[in-house]
Amino acid sequence: MAGTSGFSVSGYGPERGLWATLAARDSLARRLDWPLMFSALALSAVGSVLVWSATRNRTDLNTGDPYHFFFRHILNTGIGFALMIGTIWLGHRTLRGAVPVLYGVSVVLVLLVLTPLGATINGAHAWIVLGGGFTLQPSEFVKITIILGMAMMLAARVDAGDQVHPDHRTVAKSLGLAVVPIMIVMMMPDLGSVMVMAVIVLGVLLSSGASNRWIFGLVGAGVVGAVAVAALGVLDEYQINRFAAFANPELDPAGVGYNTNQARIAIGSGGLTGTGLFKGSQTTGQFVPEQQTDFVFTVAGEELGFLGAGLILLLLGVVLWRACRIARETTELYGTIVAAGIIAWFAFQSFENVGMTLGIMPVAGLPLPFVSYGGTSMFAVWIAVGLLQSIRVQKPMSA
Amino acid sequence: MSNIPETGRTPRVQIRLVVIQVLVFSLLLTLGGRLWYLQVRNGAEYTDEAKNNHVQQVVQPAVRGSILDSQGVPLADNETRLVVSASRTELMKMKDSGKAVLIRLAGVLGMTPKEVGDKVRLCDNETPQPCWNGSPYQPIPVTDEATTQQALQIRERAEDFPGITAEPTAVRRYAGPAKANTAQVLGYLSPVTDEEITKAQDTDSPFLRSDQVGRSGLERTYDKYLRGDAGVTRYEVDNLGRVIGQAKSDQAEPGSNIVTSIDARVQAVAEFELSEAMKAARKEMDRNTNQNYKADAGAVVVLESKTGRVVSMASQPTYDPNAWVGGISAKDYAKLTSKKSNFPLLNRGIQSQAAPGSIFKVISSTAAVKAGYDFNGSYPCPSSYSIGNQVFKNFESQGYGSIDLGRALEVSCDTVFYGLAHKEWQKDGGNKPKKGANDYFYKTAKEFGLAKETGIDLPNETAGRIPDRQWKQDFWEANKAGWCKQGKKGGDYVEQLAYEGCLEGNRMRAGDAVNYSIGQGDTLVTPIQMATIYAAIANGGTMYDPSVGKAIVSPDGKSVQEIKPKSHGKLPIDRKLRDQLDKALAGVATTGSAAWRFGGWPQDKIPMHAKTGTAEVYGKQTTSWFASYTEDYTIVMTISQGGTGSGASGPAVRKIYEAMYGLDAKGGQNLKKALLPKPRTGLPKIQPDGTIDAPEVKPFVPDKKPLDGNEIAPAGDNTGQVPQDPGAASTAPEDAGQAPADPGQAPNANEQLAGPPARRD
Repeated sequence: MAGTSGFSVSGYGPERGLWATLAARDSLARRLDWPLMFSALALSAVGSVLVWSATRNRTDLNTGDPYHFFFRHILNTGIGFALMIGTIWLGHRTLRGAVPVLYGVSVVLVLLVLTPLGATINGAHAWIVLGGGFTLQPSEFVKITIILGMAMMLAARVDAGDQVHPDHRTVAKSLGLAVVPIMIVMMMPDLGSVMVMAVIVLGVLLSSGASNRWIFGLVGAGVVGAVAVAALGVLDEYQINRFAAFANPELDPAGVGYNTNQARIAIGSGGLTGTGLFKGSQTTGQFVPEQQTDFVFTVAGEELGFLGAGLILLLLGVVLWRACRIARETTELYGTIVAAGIIAWFAFQSFENVGMTLGIMPVAGLPLPFVSYGGTSMFAVWIAVGLLQSIRVQKPMSA
Repeated sequence: MSNIPETGRTPRVQIRLVVIQVLVFSLLLTLGGRLWYLQVRNGAEYTDEAKNNHVQQVVQPAVRGSILDSQGVPLADNETRLVVSASRTELMKMKDSGKAVLIRLAGVLGMTPKEVGDKVRLCDNETPQPCWNGSPYQPIPVTDEATTQQALQIRERAEDFPGITAEPTAVRRYAGPAKANTAQVLGYLSPVTDEEITKAQDTDSPFLRSDQVGRSGLERTYDKYLRGDAGVTRYEVDNLGRVIGQAKSDQAEPGSNIVTSIDARVQAVAEFELSEAMKAARKEMDRNTNQNYKADAGAVVVLESKTGRVVSMASQPTYDPNAWVGGISAKDYAKLTSKKSNFPLLNRGIQSQAAPGSIFKVISSTAAVKAGYDFNGSYPCPSSYSIGNQVFKNFESQGYGSIDLGRALEVSCDTVFYGLAHKEWQKDGGNKPKKGANDYFYKTAKEFGLAKETGIDLPNETAGRIPDRQWKQDFWEANKAGWCKQGKKGGDYVEQLAYEGCLEGNRMRAGDAVNYSIGQGDTLVTPIQMATIYAAIANGGTMYDPSVGKAIVSPDGKSVQEIKPKSHGKLPIDRKLRDQLDKALAGVATTGSAAWRFGGWPQDKIPMHAKTGTAEVYGKQTTSWFASYTEDYTIVMTISQGGTGSGASGPAVRKIYEAMYGLDAKGGQNLKKALLPKPRTGLPKIQPDGTIDAPEVKPFVPDKKPLDGNEIAPAGDNTGQVPQDPGAASTAPEDAGQAPADPGQAPNANEQLAGPPARRD
């Protein structure tokens, strides 16, 4: 499990007796959010089939084994599931204590990407190559540590009863905590992750009860920043091209617009019921680039049709609905902020990912939670599910 | 655990959580809506796009069927050549539209850059040939004569020649066995046009972009059979064009082979003799014009008398049909379609129209008998016939006293027919025609199939014309405006004619009737029409639709569809009259106007029947006609501006017979040398694998002996007759062949629209 080695939980809880503990507290199983769990599992399962369909002919990738990515996806899901259980067992409160360490590790990891250890995949310099075909995308974990770190800082005095809402100083400090890894990720550059992190920060601030000035200020800064970035030419050409192609996909159907165009053809040709699994010509013919990762939704669109693709949206909806419930029902601000951060993350990343395949969002290299192939992303979202479950099962502190 | 957990949070946080939830679900709804829009509302559109995306067509052209002669010898088949093609779509992608590539290519091929450029430009209204008339998406052949060396150069330096391919390709070959060119009968191919593709889309034989289509001759008539079905394999391909599956595959079906009744060896002889006869005629002085005969065009048709099958058909001027293969060059195209070269694309055997002259007299004789005159009656044959103050001379003959119709045919006495025609004209009311006039002479001509196509299996046959009362009326109505404008009483000759035409051009005058009776005037016939008529006399009266195709043999040889001779009616003669005509025509060859050409002919073994004809053409030299038949064969030859029938065409026709029967000049027969002593009845042998046996044919080598065209003409054949009434033939029977459909612009038939009407009395 080299994929998890950078984010091991060892040292932060009892090493043994996990299953025994789970079994012993039989109330826990009843208090878990099962719709959330099942939806997440269902999404991962659908994902494995879609990844399989997209890669079974890709002899250039699957080293001749059509099931290669299928099994890898299931394996990733399994590891993710185990990480979720570990997270539940540790509990989000315990993890709060570990935030400084986790934060430090994740910042070091994203910094490593900027060293010669980092690798560029699909134009995004966001990876660490671990050898043996394993890669790690530290920015996925940064999302979690930003959520945990900011939640810890913003909720500390509120949950302690000192403040009704976090004061300006606390908000500023928490923002400072988020800005450091975001800046590093921007330098990679991994613009998609930066966008997600920005939305996470917004969600965290919203749910923390921070003053409206911070909220509007942040949104305003985001707009000004985007304009400045575009005007100053900080973006790479490929990033600008992605936006240009988004605005007008017919611009250059063989070049930049190719992805979006082919993705839209794939989804559109699925119709109501789809061409049937493994029968999509766009998928079989590998017309959509990155189809097992960022463009996995097109496989569902083409082969499973509106019903199948709609089901994925529905399952994502269930996940988000349960997450919203958890955020609203928990009694402490810390849990609320963590849940809200995860909601912002899942919601925006899903919207951006599906939206780009549907041609309503510009192309950005972001995976679809649970569905896209990719170890780090899978682990991160399952840890997030673990956090949600943990918030859900946690007894109120005051009780 | 209570349903509503107590929270210590402020309303601000609670409200914001609700806001977050609302935002989240509106995002999901947006995605759902967009998904529905793409998939359910516009799904069909994207399905089509996906289909175009991943299906590639690979067209395997079908091998075109061969055209074989009656022995199985290929007249048209295929050979593999190295074809260098340029893809316009590729070239157009380049910054300079591929100019640099074409210049390099020209260097390798040893052509000028302009030649190459012209070949790959697209045809439109303003672009002269050569240009590409096919689909712009199809690779355009630049040359089909690339050497292996050149092909290798292009292939090895592929990066220097993007969009250029050099592939071995099956191309049409007109093999010319035995030196038989057969150009006009075979026709030619050219690429299919966009309109044709659209037009044939929903028929049972749709075109492919790569198809070549028969444009004239047999290639056109039998195109459907020869073409075969191209193999189309639709491959599903991935984004890199790699094949990931085969959607649909139709194997290429080679085209059927057409066995014709042409005998390549006889064809070679016929072509040679026609050409020699014209050369000889050009050495002859025409005493009317004091110039040598121009002999600018000619045709000869050899039919099987009993079936109407075409044994050979030659037309002059001619061309090399291979000029069309692989796209025609500018020079060749100009040559083939210019007036200067006198339109060699025309098949004059079926497309040239001229007044028939005296070979028409078999029809006049029949008309006379139908009008009640006894064939064996006695009719005066003076040296001239007068109507009013107009004198009609006995053109081809002298005065013979009183003779019967048979003798009148033999010696070609015009005045006998003048007299009979004049009498009939008077009976029909003369200048004040009766209602329901008998018009025997005109009606009989139509009963002989004139003024109508014979129905030969070659395209664009012309119908000719019988200038009856209805035609005169129509013609006058169409032209009187012009005549009346141009006409001037007492003006020069043309003005005077126009004046008269304006006044009474619609009327059948006595002069019209008598001129008509000897095949002069406005009458137009084609060689194939006359051959059909003479073959019918030979076979007892059946007018067959002449046919070239004999059988359609499927490529595997299993299906043989024979083309049976069809008839378009019987001659309007009874047995007795047939025999009388037959006897008279034999007399022509033994004692009549063609006898001097048939000295030594073994008449007892192979009875020869013939009729000579010399037709006047206003403003031109006379047209030579020679119609003849034996029991088995009918040969009609004509030479435009060639002099008299027996003078120009007679010896050539005899030589063709001699070659077929294996005769020497003295009449001795050597069957071993005979090319075709009897018509070939069966088909060539078809092997179980579908190949058709073909004997080897040696190239035709003509006798070194000079053509005996310089013998002294007998008095009966009045060569160099001065046309005494220049208006006798008002028309200029040019070759009114219909244009080859494409791409050659039609040599325009200058039909007789402007010419003034004949002055007859």
